[in-house]
Amino acid sequence: MFGKLTLSAIPFDQPIVMITCSVLIVGILAILALITYMHKWTWLWTEWITTVDHKRIGIMYTLLATVMLLRGFSDAIMMRSQQALASSNAHGFLPPEHYDQIFSAHGTIMIFFMAMPFVVGLMNFVVPLQIGARDVAFPVLNSVSFWLTAAGALLINLSLGIGEFARTGWLAYPPLSELPFSPGVGVDYYLWSLQISGVGTLLSGVNLVTTILKMRAPGMRLSMMPIFTWTALASNMLIVAAFPILTATFAMLLLDRYLGMHFFTNDGGGNPMMYINLIWTWGHPEVYILILPPFGVFSEVIATFSRKPLFGYRSMVIATMVITLLAFTTWLHHFFTMGSGADVNGFFGITTMVIAIPTGVKIFNWLFTMYGGRVRFASPVLWTIGFMVTFTIGGMTGVLMAVPPADFVLHNSLFLVAHFHNVIIGGVVFGCFAGFTYWFPKAFGFRLHEGLGKAAFWCWFFGFYLAFMPLYILGFMGMTRRMNHYDDPAWLPYLLFAEGGAVLILIGILLQVTQLVWSIRHRETLRGGAADPWDGRTLEWSTTSPPPAYNFARVPKVSGLDAYWGAKQEVMPASSESFEAIEIPKNSGLGFFMSFFAVIGGFGMIWHIWWMGVLAIIAFIALIAWSSWDENDEFELSAAEVGRLERTQPHVV
Amino acid sequence: MMLRNTISSSLVRLTTVAVCTSLGACSEGVLLPKGPVGAQEKQLLLEALIPMLMVVTPIIILTLWFAWWFRASNARAKYRPQWEYSGAIEFSIWMIPMLVILFLGSLAWVGAHQLDPYRPLASKQKPLVVQVVAMDWRWLFIYPEQGVASVNELAIPIDTPVAFKLTSATVMNSFFIPSLGGQVYAMPGMQTQLQLQANEAGNYRGLSAQFSGDGFSDMHFQVLATDAAGFEAWVARTKSAATQLDATAYDRLVADHKVGEVTYYFPVSGDLFDHAIDHATERPESTLAVSASAPGAAHIPARSEH
Repeated sequence: MFGKLTLSAIPFDQPIVMITCSVLIVGILAILALITYMHKWTWLWTEWITTVDHKRIGIMYTLLATVMLLRGFSDAIMMRSQQALASSNAHGFLPPEHYDQIFSAHGTIMIFFMAMPFVVGLMNFVVPLQIGARDVAFPVLNSVSFWLTAAGALLINLSLGIGEFARTGWLAYPPLSELPFSPGVGVDYYLWSLQISGVGTLLSGVNLVTTILKMRAPGMRLSMMPIFTWTALASNMLIVAAFPILTATFAMLLLDRYLGMHFFTNDGGGNPMMYINLIWTWGHPEVYILILPPFGVFSEVIATFSRKPLFGYRSMVIATMVITLLAFTTWLHHFFTMGSGADVNGFFGITTMVIAIPTGVKIFNWLFTMYGGRVRFASPVLWTIGFMVTFTIGGMTGVLMAVPPADFVLHNSLFLVAHFHNVIIGGVVFGCFAGFTYWFPKAFGFRLHEGLGKAAFWCWFFGFYLAFMPLYILGFMGMTRRMNHYDDPAWLPYLLFAEGGAVLILIGILLQVTQLVWSIRHRETLRGGAADPWDGRTLEWSTTSPPPAYNFARVPKVSGLDAYWGAKQEVMPASSESFEAIEIPKNSGLGFFMSFFAVIGGFGMIWHIWWMGVLAIIAFIALIAWSSWDENDEFELSAAEVGRLERTQPHVV
Repeated sequence: MMLRNTISSSLVRLTTVAVCTSLGACSEGVLLPKGPVGAQEKQLLLEALIPMLMVVTPIIILTLWFAWWFRASNARAKYRPQWEYSGAIEFSIWMIPMLVILFLGSLAWVGAHQLDPYRPLASKQKPLVVQVVAMDWRWLFIYPEQGVASVNELAIPIDTPVAFKLTSATVMNSFFIPSLGGQVYAMPGMQTQLQLQANEAGNYRGLSAQFSGDGFSDMHFQVLATDAAGFEAWVARTKSAATQLDATAYDRLVADHKVGEVTYYFPVSGDLFDHAIDHATERPESTLAVSASAPGAAHIPARSEH
């Protein structure tokens, strides 16, 4: 009846897990009670859960990402503490079977449920506004994408208290992830949650590519698109091309685990190395899926706060597109040590380095954007300059490891760990925070507290260096990644420094939480000029903050780059045009219900509760079929109604 | 060319000294190689690092300088609100990375060939062949020419190339001796190769660099690099102290997956390594908390592939 699920699946013997779970359960119950007490259920359902407004979906993606950041960071600080305690073969406070779950969960959650939702959330919120569109191409699909991502996040977090998570590392290499070596439910949690969220990401990619290609404001040619939109286009094209590979690879591993097939097993003609090739043909483009939109954020921020157009727009676009193409040519550099031979290794070493050319061009472009500017050091600019310094170092260590013989000695070491945190924290995370601070006033109508934001930046910045520079050195000293304990006492001082860095980052995170809470409580003092608080250059700043459901009462007409900046330079006559009726998509519960059945189905499959898994999958498909015939999905906002709304929330310009 | 080599090698020496001073305890690691392969890999690593530092450092300085000089409050900085294009700068910012990558790309190509782990080392000495099997969670070293084997202790004579043949009895591992040079994966059902050599006698750390399960952190071994006489003595000691290792004993060894202590075996069946490649199948389930299956189930014949 309940498959493999018994009461013993709950780890009563692990105090850390049980205390965490109790706190989480109490917290969730408190939130639910509060919603009930304040009679907010209807509001939550109509305004958020069933919304198909790209702005609100973007905000929910970002919220999911920040919550998952807290989860992933808890894992990180536990790992740092374990390594700081487990010197000279002391065993620390985490036994291997628990520690192995923590580093696997840290990587999986940070990439799939922190970085991805953050980047997708920013794109969702900003892109339609930047191109002067009233929504994305497929609003309901957008809601489905978000809720499938949330379903994956929920499933992966269930593994904390019910059963276990994978003990295989964040990419679950076979044969270790095959049934004989990982017989528990951990790998199944990993596979099902990523399959579900992966479908969501793919659909979101299709949606945004279509939106950018088909829904730009009249006059906005491709060559007039803001750089953030360009990078979003590149990133989403990569999603559309790369995520099916991930889904197919995981599907094969699932067939191995559930139906005894032999795609990647040691026996029966399977080849585990095929998985490693496949996963990285997704995995390397994924790196660029994550980093390209932050590149776009930095471009917008640096131009706005230098009060200048971006230097070398065309170079920037070309560089972005070159990176997009080359992203698929470098995957083998993740396993030079597989014994592929000198020609293959040399080829992939060179293709990897070639990506550094357009990336280097971008760094120079940002540099020369500041040249001749009037740089205001608001917190988004601090993140950007922090990025330019940090990412350059991370890029350098990356190119270093693209030299195959150098990789032979650095592969899988803490040098590698330091490198990818250098580019992911210094690039993706800084970019997300820059974008978050930059567009926050657009989303909510008030700014975030600057002082706390700057303090958080400095904690993150120095915390990063303190946490990861020692790891570069440890890599040179021969310390490999994923160690639960070690016997070389010479490593300890560096690991203590790294622990200190993690604590500094923790203070940064706490400052960010404080900043958010303080700013919400004092929002009336932070509203000043919120429609266009930074003197922006692109169309999103031309509408109110927060924008109305339809974004623009009159669809803007575009005749060049930096459309809004151009408009602001001219004295605009008060528009005498009358308003027109606007079609608005109706709320839809489809995404939420699909997500519900995805969680139930995934849970059933993970625990081999076949009846539950199969029924949920049938319900899931039936739901798609039923809603496909629903044509009554829009309503019309009359011209008079638009006019009334516009008079009550007047545009600033 | 001579000049370039002199300059680069003195730079390399300087950097090593600088890094090691800052490290304090540079007792062991890839920057203190004890053999020719490691030495060349370190040389290449620093030859790639130094020119990159020469480009990256000015970029970082320029970033900070531009940001500071063009700060909004600096009235002396000239504001050029329309300046967004310069052909000369555009040309240079594409050319600078291209030239750096041209240099590094050739370094990568030549290095990948010169330091191909499969390529035999140039030496007057006949290479010592060692067959390596990764297990849960220890290493088996088979010396086919000497007819001995050991677990978790690798003895090698100095100034002699060692030709490693690697495979795994369970999941993928990576065979790595940081003091001697780069690593190569040990993969089930397959054979990979690695050539290393020690030029200095000493005890070095060997380890698995690829996560392989709960016992991974203890999957390290001692490398005893001694002179030829010391190696002969080790072989003789091994022969006197040991038990037999044939296919049956090997299968038992694989099944008993523990963190290993050092053990020695003699005599060793000649085709044991092929047996290891052909029989890599499953992690025996004896110590895993799952439904017990017969221990014999772990020995399903697998494909043979090389």
